[in-house]
This record gives sequence, C-alpha cells and structure tokens, in this order.
Amino acid sequence: MGRYILRRLLQLIPVFIGTTFIIYSLVWAIPGNPFAGMCGPRGCPPAFIEQMTQEYNLDKPLPVQYVLYLGQLFSGNFGQTFNGIEVSTLIQNAYPVTLKLATIALVFEAVIGIAAGILTALRGKGFVDNLVLAATLFLIAVPVFVSGFIIQVVFGVQLEWIQPSVGSDPTIGQLIAPGLVLGSLSMAYIARLTRTAMFENKRADYIRTATAKGLKPRRVVSVHMLRNSLIPVITFIGTDFGALMGGAIVTEGVFNIHGIGGLVFDAIKTQEGVTVTGVVTLLVVVYLLMNLLVDILYAALDPRIRYD
Amino acid sequence: MRKRRMVAPVAASLSAALLAAGCGGGGGSAVTEATGTLEDPITVQWAEPQSELVPTNSNDTNGSQVLNPMFTGLVEYDPKSFEPKNAMAESIELSDDKKTYTVKLKQGWKFHNGEEVTADNFVRAWNYGAYAGNAQQNADMFKAIQGFDAVHPADPDGESGPKKPPEPSAEKMSGLKVVDDHTFTITLKKPFSVFTTKLGYQAFSPMPETFFEKKEEFVKNPVGNGPYKFESRTPQQSLTLTRYKDYKGEDAGSVDAVKLVVYNKAQTAYQDLKSDNLDVINVIPTSALADNRWKDELGDRAISKPRMGITVLNLPMYKEKFKNPDLRKALSLAIDRDKIVKQVFNGEATAATGWIAPDFPGGPDKGSCGEWCNYDKAKAKEYLQKAGGFDGQLTLSYNADGAHKQWITAVAGSIRDTLGIKVGLNAVPTFGTYQDQMDNDEMTGPFRYGWVADYPTPRTFLKPLYTSSGSANNTGYSSEKFDNLIAKADKAATVDKANQLYNEAASQLGKDVPSIPLFTNAVKGATSNRLAEGTLNSRTVPAISTFKVAQAGE
Repeated sequence: MGRYILRRLLQLIPVFIGTTFIIYSLVWAIPGNPFAGMCGPRGCPPAFIEQMTQEYNLDKPLPVQYVLYLGQLFSGNFGQTFNGIEVSTLIQNAYPVTLKLATIALVFEAVIGIAAGILTALRGKGFVDNLVLAATLFLIAVPVFVSGFIIQVVFGVQLEWIQPSVGSDPTIGQLIAPGLVLGSLSMAYIARLTRTAMFENKRADYIRTATAKGLKPRRVVSVHMLRNSLIPVITFIGTDFGALMGGAIVTEGVFNIHGIGGLVFDAIKTQEGVTVTGVVTLLVVVYLLMNLLVDILYAALDPRIRYD
Repeated sequence: MRKRRMVAPVAASLSAALLAAGCGGGGGSAVTEATGTLEDPITVQWAEPQSELVPTNSNDTNGSQVLNPMFTGLVEYDPKSFEPKNAMAESIELSDDKKTYTVKLKQGWKFHNGEEVTADNFVRAWNYGAYAGNAQQNADMFKAIQGFDAVHPADPDGESGPKKPPEPSAEKMSGLKVVDDHTFTITLKKPFSVFTTKLGYQAFSPMPETFFEKKEEFVKNPVGNGPYKFESRTPQQSLTLTRYKDYKGEDAGSVDAVKLVVYNKAQTAYQDLKSDNLDVINVIPTSALADNRWKDELGDRAISKPRMGITVLNLPMYKEKFKNPDLRKALSLAIDRDKIVKQVFNGEATAATGWIAPDFPGGPDKGSCGEWCNYDKAKAKEYLQKAGGFDGQLTLSYNADGAHKQWITAVAGSIRDTLGIKVGLNAVPTFGTYQDQMDNDEMTGPFRYGWVADYPTPRTFLKPLYTSSGSANNTGYSSEKFDNLIAKADKAATVDKANQLYNEAASQLGKDVPSIPLFTNAVKGATSNRLAEGTLNSRTVPAISTFKVAQAGE
C-alpha cells in the first residue's frame, strides 16, 4: 500500500507541471493587454502599461515567464494581483469558506442520498420508491441557479427565515441553506446510484449465502450488501468533493459567498492571470489528492481490491 | 480488522453533519441604537477595485468609493449638483498673467494619523503622481502644470510606435513651489481658465508623509484627510470605513461606520437591499429594470439622477469611407434616439442633443448637435445619396463585457431600417482588447464610446476627445477651427466666460459630426429603509457623507 501511494504521488509531478503550464499559457494568451482597459475610456499612460508588463514578466517569452512563475511558486510566493494584494491572502480568505460549504453540501448529499437509496432499495417498488424517483428527477431537472434563487426569495426575502445572502466570514449556520442548494443535485444522483447498486446486490449470490447461513437481516444489509454497494457511491462522492473544492460559481454568486469559485471567476473576468493560475494550481493538487484518497478507500471497502 | 478501518471515514463525516446542524443564521434588520456603528455598520454594495488604493493610481468606481470619502482635496464636488467648491483651499488666486495660482490652505487640518496637512503634502503627492518612474494611472491629470514634460516625457512616435519615451530629466515639476506651510503656487504651461474646477478630481489629493516613506505599509493601511478613515479590509470580501471625528470640512459624515461589501451578482445585492440586509446599491440588475419593476418595488427609495456623461458612436475617420461628413450626418439622422430611450432604457435616459451631457453644471449642452440629432428618415436618405451611398456592410463595434448589446442592436436596427443598408455587429470580448483596438486605430466601422466627466466644465467632453492632440481622441478628428476655439476658451478670463466659449466650440462639432451623440443614461441606485438619506454622486459612487440613519421606530 505504501509503495502504491508513493508511486501515485510521484505521478502527480508530471500532471502538476503539465496542467499548470497549460493553464498559465492559456490565461495569459487571452487576447488584449490586460492593463489597457484599466484606466477606463481615457486609456492608460504608456509608462503605466510598460511598468505593469515588466512587473508580470509579460515582455519575456512564454517558457521563461512560466519558469519564473514556477520558481516563485516553489518559494511559496503566489504573487500579487494587479491591485497589489497577495494572492495567498485571497486564497487564505476564500478557502475556509469553500471548505465549509463543500463539507456541508457533501454531508447533506451523502447522508440523505444514501439513506434514501437504502430505503427505496429495501422497501422495493411502491409509494416510497416512486416518491424518491420523482423527487430526484425533479432535483436533477432544476438548475442550481433556479433552486438557489427560489430558496433565497422564499426563505430569505418573503419568510425571512434566513438571510438572503451570506457575506464575509460566514458561520456554518448561514451556510446551511446554500449548502443544501449546492448539494441537491448530487444528492439526487447518490440516491439513485445507491438504490441501483443495492438492487443489484440484493440478488447477488453472496447475499443469498449470508441469509442462508442464518445471519441477522440487519447484518446482511449493513455489512455485506451496503458495503459492496457503496463502492460506486464513494467514487462519486470523491470526485464530487474534488469538484466542490473548486468552488461553486453559481451558488456562491446567488448567496454572495466569497469562496474560491467567485475568486476564480472574478479573476478570469479581469484577466488577473496571477490569481487564476495560483488558485487553479492549488485546485489541481486538491483534485489529484482527492482521487488518490478515493482509490485508497476502495481497498478499505472491498477486500478483493489490493494495490500491492 | 477491516471493518474498523471502514468505520473511521464514515464516523468523521457523521460528526461533521452534527456540527453543521449546530447553529442557525438569523435575520434582523430593523433600525436600532447600534445602526451605523462598528457593530452594525451601514453596508454599501461594492466590488474589488482594479488598482491599489492610491488616489493617483486608481480611477475605477470601486476605488473611488473608498478614496472619495477618505481624501479631501483643495476643491470638492457637491455630490448632488457636481458643482465645485473650495474644501481644503482657503483661497485659490490667479495671477495677472493667468498662469500662476496661489493656493492658501485652511489651517489645523490633520491626516487620520495626526500628521498636519501642509502645502508640502500636496506638492509631493502631485510630483509623485506625475513622475513617469512611478507609472501612475492618473499621471496625465497633471499635464497642464509647468515642468510636466520633464518628469513625464511624451513618447516620440506615439503609444503604438516602437520607440520608448526618453527617461525623465527631473523628478519634480518646476511649476509647483511651496511658499510656506500653508501656501503654495501652481504655475501652468499656459493659461487654463477652468484649472481650479479640475482640482476636485481625486488625483489631486494630498498624501501624508507615511505614504512616501513606507508605501507598502500605506497600501495595506491607507491614511487620508477626508471625512472617513480606513478601518479594516478583507480583500475580495469587504472594507470598513469609520467616521473621522476631527474632520474640519463641511462635508463631515453623520454615520459612524460604513462597510463596503463585495457583491458578485447585482441580483443578490438587490434582494439583500429589499430585505434591508444591504443599505445602498449602485447597480440595478437587468431583471429588475424590465418594465421599471425596480421603481415599483422600491418606491421612493429608488435613486435615479442624470449622469455627468454621454454615450456616443465614434466614427473612424482614419478610414476613407468615414471621411465624408455627409455619410456621418446620414448615420446620425438615421438613429431614432427617443425610441431607443423609451424602449431600451424605459425612459431612464436622455436622448442626446449635443456632445455635452445634459444638466451639466457650468454649461449644459445647448443643442450643439442641432438638426443632425433629430431622427429624420427622408433627410437621412438624402444625405446618404449625397455621400454616394454606402457599399458593403456597416459594422458597429462594442465591448461585450459591458451592458451594451441591447441598445446597440436597437441603433443598428434603426440605421438599417432607415437607410436600407446592411448593418452588422462586432462584439469585442473585453474592454481591454477594445481599448487596444481604439488606441491603435483598428476600428473598421462606428464604435461605441462612453465618457464620464472628470470635472464639472464642458471642456471635459471636448478637449480630450476631439482636439487634434487630445489624449483620448479615438476618431482621428482634426479641425483647426475647433482646436482654436478650445484654445481660446482655455485662455478666457473667467470660468463662466470659458464655459460659454466651450459651448461655442461644441457647435463646431455640430458642423463636422466627428461622432454621433446618442444618449446619457441615468445613474441608478437605491437605499434601504435603514437610511433616511443617502445619494449617489454623478459617477455612480455612493456619497457616504450624505448618509443619514433613519430614526429607530420609523
């Protein structure tokens, strides 16, 4: 197992270099001088544009720029935005919020999704099954910005149960409603995924064996059936968490949460290449690590899977 | 064994779920004793400024939202009327040769860190702003001062040329001289009648000693001399200002603490304002603009006032086709401005009758565009014929990252239907690219251009845009007559006389039609129930000094 993990970690290096190079070159390849539009209709003095271009190494060839950037990155310096703010400060401010929001969404989708899946699979066809199927279909069909907006207007503006927006430094309580909105789509997928997997395993030979040898139904379901059925679900949750850590541009926008998604989106709009590359680099690392974690979890869930 | 291994991650996620269910958020927005204090500040919609918070290096609305209340210059503009009046200046007197101003400062004013504001603070700040080595965005603001060319030499072959401008030969402008602690003189290159009205622009703010000594520190913790002082900032989230209790000026604020909150979506800010979670907005989301829904929903809390700006369709006169004035006039005649104002802007705009914004202090436009700005189908066709028709497609350019598509489509439609020529649209993705194309004379057809007044005199709409050497002359228009009229106005004896002459110069544009004036759209915003008073200035910057908290129980 240890060697496997080491090998996987080593694989991260070329992936990391490849992705960051692509991101770096793409971001700065957006046509137009990013500084030309900064002074409004009057246009910027040439001295200003020249100094900024030099400061961000944009006058050098791309490979040189990239190497300079990487060197800076490895010395722990993410660089500064055009308005003189450390990108690391921005990340430090935004990441805890994204982490909180992602965790809430994940807990919500995992707990309710898996519970609904198990319930429908065990009950079999009937009212509950139909209800869950219809409800999940509805959630899948409704785009997040619609559900987010409806929740905001109904519970925030009309009923005043929650604040319509979250603002800076949110508490976990404030993030529950956005978390529900964010997790709702994945929750529907998880419910359906669990249900299907459970249905399949219900008829599997090893379940029949387990029942036949006289195990209690509770133990058959929880240890044998559920554990096997959870493998695809864990895969889904793992990648979903990776995606959630990348921020949720739409949900963050609707509830005015200052997370990673909004940070990247804003930076792209203003051609803040430094911020985009810095944050996305971090996201790449997080995503790769999440995938590794999922693979390791497989082994814990399924005794047949071994990596050494 | 294996079973236990699986339990751990599940348990971890469950405990997180329990934690999450802990506390709930509460509303609560009514006016209380604490409203407007640091515990419960008045909140204002904001977005991250593009540049660092230094007056000479910032010129976007978001930067002004912080710098305006933080700094008081020699002259300030009234947030309601945009009229200039002396603020830090006790008096500004002009010499007989009309070139030298003697500025006397009011005494006893202090920066937020306790440092006294002296003449030196102004002179050093302006020299810093002008010096090419500091690469400040607003450097051109100091152009009129004697010695500017030595500290900021011009590029010998223009911006797009390969040659670099020479190194500055001095660090200080020779036109600025400190006489004593509270007096300094400004000598201009040549007489400039409305120079004093220009001094209210934020680039002319004084800077404290700490700025020159520890700039890094200053940018994180800016210190000004205005009615509000910097309290704290979380980048990309919020910035808090508190009232400066020792402020000596007339525009002192009444609210103790104001928090500027970053909003990424206008829609969210609007919802928050409606439920009193946010107190001032300066953008109305498109969805609420439809059928003027925002005015119905907000009632007397809605703010709509004339903008000191104008939107025009610039014509690339560096292209052969557009050198013919008859074609330019035909295009102008073919645009039904009133219909566009009514249908696209729901009446929240004014159709242009000239090149100067309507309701402009110091000389609103007196119809300088004349007959060319009145929609006239028959005359438009007549002028098109005179011009020899138009072959091929007329392409209108605009930048797609602003809210321009709707009205420019309407303009294109109006031209097409009236003149019966092919009209297409070219959306340039970002304003940066758009600005580049304008600077390098790469426009192939008419292109959208918006201009907001920097200072309250008609000159701001004319000199930079239409004189041969104008800093923002994107049309390539060059008329000796017009240049002479502007030069004459610059030399006028009084501000009033000058403004009158500028208006006359505008009528010269009416003869040549170098660009097509379209409309001025309104400054739109709103305040919450928690504020009894509060307005935006004509540049859509919320005027924090004008805020007054509503009485509790109201």
